[in-house]
Amino acid sequence: MPVDFVPSAQSTRPPGGDILVVEDLERVYRTGSYEVRALRGVSFAIPTGQMVAIMGTSGSGKSTLMNILGCLDKPTGGRYLLDGVETASLDRDARASIRNSKIGFVFQSFNLLARTTALENVELPLIYSGESGRAGHARALLALKRVGLGDRAHHLPNQLSGGQQQRVAIARSLVNRPAILLADEPTGNLDTRTSLEILSLFQELNHEGVTVLLITHEHDIAAFADRVVTLRDGRITADLRQEPRSAASALAMCTDDSVEQLS
Amino acid sequence: MKFMAILRVGLRALARNKMRSLLTMLGIIIGVGAVIAMISIADGARAQVQSQIASMGTNILMVFPGSVTQGGVRSGFGSITTMTADDAVAILREAPSVARIAPTTRTVAQVIAGNQNWSTQIQGAGADYFDIRDWPVEQGLPFTDLDVRSSAKACVLGTTVADNLFPGQDPVGQVVRINKVPFQILGVMKKKGGNAMGSDQDDIIVVPYTTAQKRLQGISHIQGMMISAVGKEQVATAQTEITQILRRRHRIAPGGNDDFMIRAQSDIAATADETSKVMTMLLGAIASVSLLVGGIGIMNIMLVSVTERIREIGIRMAVGARPGDILLQFLLEAIILSTLGGLIGVGLGIGISQIVSKAAGWSVLIAPPAVAMAFGFAVAIGVFFGFYPARKAALLDPIEALRYE
Repeated sequence: MPVDFVPSAQSTRPPGGDILVVEDLERVYRTGSYEVRALRGVSFAIPTGQMVAIMGTSGSGKSTLMNILGCLDKPTGGRYLLDGVETASLDRDARASIRNSKIGFVFQSFNLLARTTALENVELPLIYSGESGRAGHARALLALKRVGLGDRAHHLPNQLSGGQQQRVAIARSLVNRPAILLADEPTGNLDTRTSLEILSLFQELNHEGVTVLLITHEHDIAAFADRVVTLRDGRITADLRQEPRSAASALAMCTDDSVEQLS
Repeated sequence: MKFMAILRVGLRALARNKMRSLLTMLGIIIGVGAVIAMISIADGARAQVQSQIASMGTNILMVFPGSVTQGGVRSGFGSITTMTADDAVAILREAPSVARIAPTTRTVAQVIAGNQNWSTQIQGAGADYFDIRDWPVEQGLPFTDLDVRSSAKACVLGTTVADNLFPGQDPVGQVVRINKVPFQILGVMKKKGGNAMGSDQDDIIVVPYTTAQKRLQGISHIQGMMISAVGKEQVATAQTEITQILRRRHRIAPGGNDDFMIRAQSDIAATADETSKVMTMLLGAIASVSLLVGGIGIMNIMLVSVTERIREIGIRMAVGARPGDILLQFLLEAIILSTLGGLIGVGLGIGISQIVSKAAGWSVLIAPPAVAMAFGFAVAIGVFFGFYPARKAALLDPIEALRYE
């Protein structure tokens, strides 16, 4: 894979500092008199350049946490600092700006615009940062090359495989050089081999300095992260550093007959 | 930069659904086209009416005898017999704003020439009648003051009468019998066509009013005066002067009612113009309804479009589109539809106007203000009806939108 792509402005974010800090985060949903406390005081910090898996079963509050970390939602209590910016009190426009400049989303269902070429999909964030000119075009192409799809720039999503579509989504998440890459079950719709390829890409990006947050409910996936934060009933029940598995070597061992078993 | 990029997004979305975009625009196209065609046609009709009225002369005043009241019974205009030719002489002498004057009488008679006969209007008039009405005698000559003074049995025919009495012949020099009195035909007047109300002005024989009084009607008063003012601007002054002279001559006490009535041609023109304007507005208003319906069509399609594209909106929001950006995108789509529809509609409206103009044989006026108004209205409708769906899109919750299937 080409390595000429400097994936983020993280060179200006020296390793060691915390790129993401949450303190006592709470989120309560109210429907009439009925109250659901999805997050009940979550605190952790992620240093620049870490690859963190946030684990939890459905109902654990991990989707809620992901929405708040992605600035799609606001906490009802606590603080959330992203790249030094307090986001909890921001309005819709300001949160949109943060999403645009500091967060790169990768979704389980890829979420590419249909009937829109790979290149245009990658350019999408640049429209809203006002950089969609010729320079933006070049940047988008570079991001596509970085994920190994330089030759697929003008393909439509339905002409690409699932793995390729997810790569386009990753290129899109990288194009604005975000502070963090937020991946919500990024391999949920992919077969084992393709999952390993995508995870390998995340690890590569991580080694180049990109901070990655993997949200997953599978231990097999979490095994590829430096650190696993486990969430249960809206609280953190475990926060462990670990030696990550290498997706690249797992991929090398992955023959056709062993495709079903990851571990 | 960002605006242009969002504009491009909107254009591309419309280009992707060409058929739908076209059908949506159709409402606006028909609306704008109808407004322009209706207003142009109505304006053309108005100009037609105006030119017909102008053909009677814009500095003309007509004086009619007033009504008489006998034992509480009021007769209509013309029932008073106090107006005489001497009044006309006095007005010409004393009123500086009056240029020419022709006393008139009017009756209907059966006329015979050779083996043809015809019933027509007999206009008794002074010699200046032809000049005042700007109605030249094309063949032969008009009668003169001398003919009037001597009550000559001379006449001038309108083209309709000439055609009916003398088909394919030259009537000049021949004799026509009006109520059995033989009149020599001096000339035939130029064709004038229908008047503003549509009746044929050429169905007429003009004779000296003195002859009409004595030979045809047996009266000594006159039944009206046709007067031309010195200029268009002097019409009002002339009206005042005539009123004063006639009141004095008819010995009407101050505060008493006039026994005559003056009508200026320009008043008639103004009234007709007012009527046509109301007509134009009415037609325009009816056509505007279709424009409004077109606008609702845009809103309808935009609402469908927003619902279809909720996930797209969610993705755009996730990568950093602000609510304002989403609003702009959908609003621009609506405005593009209405603007493009408006432009095509302008072409359609002008085209229809031209066709109608050819078919109806009158000049259709394409009023630039009407075109600008219809087009502006179409764009405004795009903004107005596009705003609600666009706002609906902008206010979507990104989490819900991303999850929407």
